[in-house]
Amino acid sequence: MASTLAVEAAEPAPSWARQIVLPAAIFLILALLPVIAALTHQRYLIDLATRVMVYAVAAVALDLLVGYGGLISFGHAAFIGLGAYAVGILSAHGIGDALVALPTAIIASMLFAWLTGIVCLRTKGVYFIMITLAFGQMIFFVATSLAPYGGDNGLTIAARNTVAGVPLLKSDRAFYYVTLVCLLATYLFCRALVASRFGRVLRGGKQNATRMATIGFTIRRFQLVAYIITGGLGGLSGFLLANSAEFVSPAYMSWQQSGELIVMVILGGLGTLHGAIIGTAVYLVVEEWLSGITENWQVIFGPLLVLAVLFARGGLLGLGSTLRRHLTEGDSNG
Amino acid sequence: MSSTLFLVQVLNGFQLGVLLFLIAAGLTLVFGVMDFINLAHGVQYMLGAYLAVAFYGVFDNFLVALVLALLAALAFGLLLEFLVFRHLYARDHLDQVIATFGIILFLNHAVRMVWGAAPLTLPVPEFFSGSISLMGGMHYPVWRVVIIASGLGVAGLLYVLVSFTRIGMLVRAGSTNAAMVSALGVNIERLFMFVFGFGSMLAGFAGIMIAPIISVEPGMGTNILILAFVVIVIGGIGSIRGAFVAALLIGLVDTLGRSFSVDILRLFMAPSPARMVGPALASMLIYVLMAIVLYVRPSGLFPARGR
Repeated sequence: MASTLAVEAAEPAPSWARQIVLPAAIFLILALLPVIAALTHQRYLIDLATRVMVYAVAAVALDLLVGYGGLISFGHAAFIGLGAYAVGILSAHGIGDALVALPTAIIASMLFAWLTGIVCLRTKGVYFIMITLAFGQMIFFVATSLAPYGGDNGLTIAARNTVAGVPLLKSDRAFYYVTLVCLLATYLFCRALVASRFGRVLRGGKQNATRMATIGFTIRRFQLVAYIITGGLGGLSGFLLANSAEFVSPAYMSWQQSGELIVMVILGGLGTLHGAIIGTAVYLVVEEWLSGITENWQVIFGPLLVLAVLFARGGLLGLGSTLRRHLTEGDSNG
Repeated sequence: MSSTLFLVQVLNGFQLGVLLFLIAAGLTLVFGVMDFINLAHGVQYMLGAYLAVAFYGVFDNFLVALVLALLAALAFGLLLEFLVFRHLYARDHLDQVIATFGIILFLNHAVRMVWGAAPLTLPVPEFFSGSISLMGGMHYPVWRVVIIASGLGVAGLLYVLVSFTRIGMLVRAGSTNAAMVSALGVNIERLFMFVFGFGSMLAGFAGIMIAPIISVEPGMGTNILILAFVVIVIGGIGSIRGAFVAALLIGLVDTLGRSFSVDILRLFMAPSPARMVGPALASMLIYVLMAIVLYVRPSGLFPARGR
């Protein structure tokens, strides 16, 4: 009865194909995309794929927290915003080097995650959702009241960050590959983390916190570390976002953005990491496509989400196995 | 800062608090009884305001618009319950978050398509359009007093309903242990529907009452929803009494913070940084308050017993 869309798609014996082939294929496609774009003269492909990868960094991190930690954070956009604002504010003061901006973005986000995490993790369930949401909104309002840095209107960045003085990120293609490397690093890091002892404790806490406590783990400490890591990766995503758009705005950390990130993670299939990348891609491509049809594309997208929750469990990656089960068993609770 | 200005801001804080209570009451009931997280509660508030404007446009009478908009808000709430929410009560919170998020996206933009993105206004009813003069020559609009009075009226009604009626007893029992209530032979589905419809109507009522003094626009429900979340988290999920206390607290702290933060900071800061830090600090105030309350009492000030 409690089985849901949030069921881990890869739960029954993660197959070899899913664990290796699918992620490898995703990154191979991403690596070859600029070549394809150049051959077919579709430059917008690079822009779109860059956007997908930037958000995918944050989505993969969120999957670590939600899919493996069971902590539904509804304030993830705050970290993206913090990372982006770190770039924007530093650049407004004439500091435009990634060697300063990137650590600042990540550390600022981790610091915020640490401070809010202490409070958030004292609570559970619905409370946790709402508190992360409220803290996210807090940062949003602080950003809108930062009059010297653009307030509501946001802040234009003079130029992309240099790396040790070299304008390495200037060309869109170079920036694309830097983003790809960041995404790959994030993905591998999160996978290693999930497979480690730390990851096993985190997953144990999701399944049965009481039992973990009985074995002798202070599960909240592990969750706090996971929350801080997720925050830091959100900051990385924000750093990339600010550099790709050359613009920072409070809208990056609106709560709709947090909601969209959750949708991206769920869409791909929770607790798979690479599912988050697929989900992000599908979300942004569908958004692109629907907004070509109508200005108010959400009018179509909203009901699609509701239908997905009601009928498609386990996300896109889970869809295949759900269908198989339906066909073989005539499952009735779908 | 004169004492009259202070009084005006206290009244404004009260008015915001009462409004928050109307929204938070429905939200906390739905949470408490059904363990259901309804992000779409804010858009139901928005819809109430829009419906009031629409009916006012047709009948040119506020009272008729109020009654019709209330009924329409109730009907819409029940429709949503029937179509979507009742299938999600047994699911986990993540599914509920996603589905209700989808409903928000839909309604925010559906409203934009039907009524346009430009803000709409609803005139204050003729009879209440004046203002009361306070000492020191300041005036306070009667309509805001009406909002405060009607909010307190609803709070009283809710108190009686929850404390002294059979359905109220079931609601209290449901927020403590819904499964047990169901096992004792109560038609829990019907109770859920009743609670949900009632909550939708309260949110709609809040939207209708506030419509004459703010601009009615898409997205007006989202910010107030977060405030309502803060209220029920501070008050303790499932507790009407907690929602009432926390709503007034948040209303007062937020309003007074925004009005006087710059003045207070100027006592020990230069004027220009005070003007810069003040608004940022004021917007953080209620969240800091929430953090402190939760740090001390993780399940709010008045947690419903048994959870």
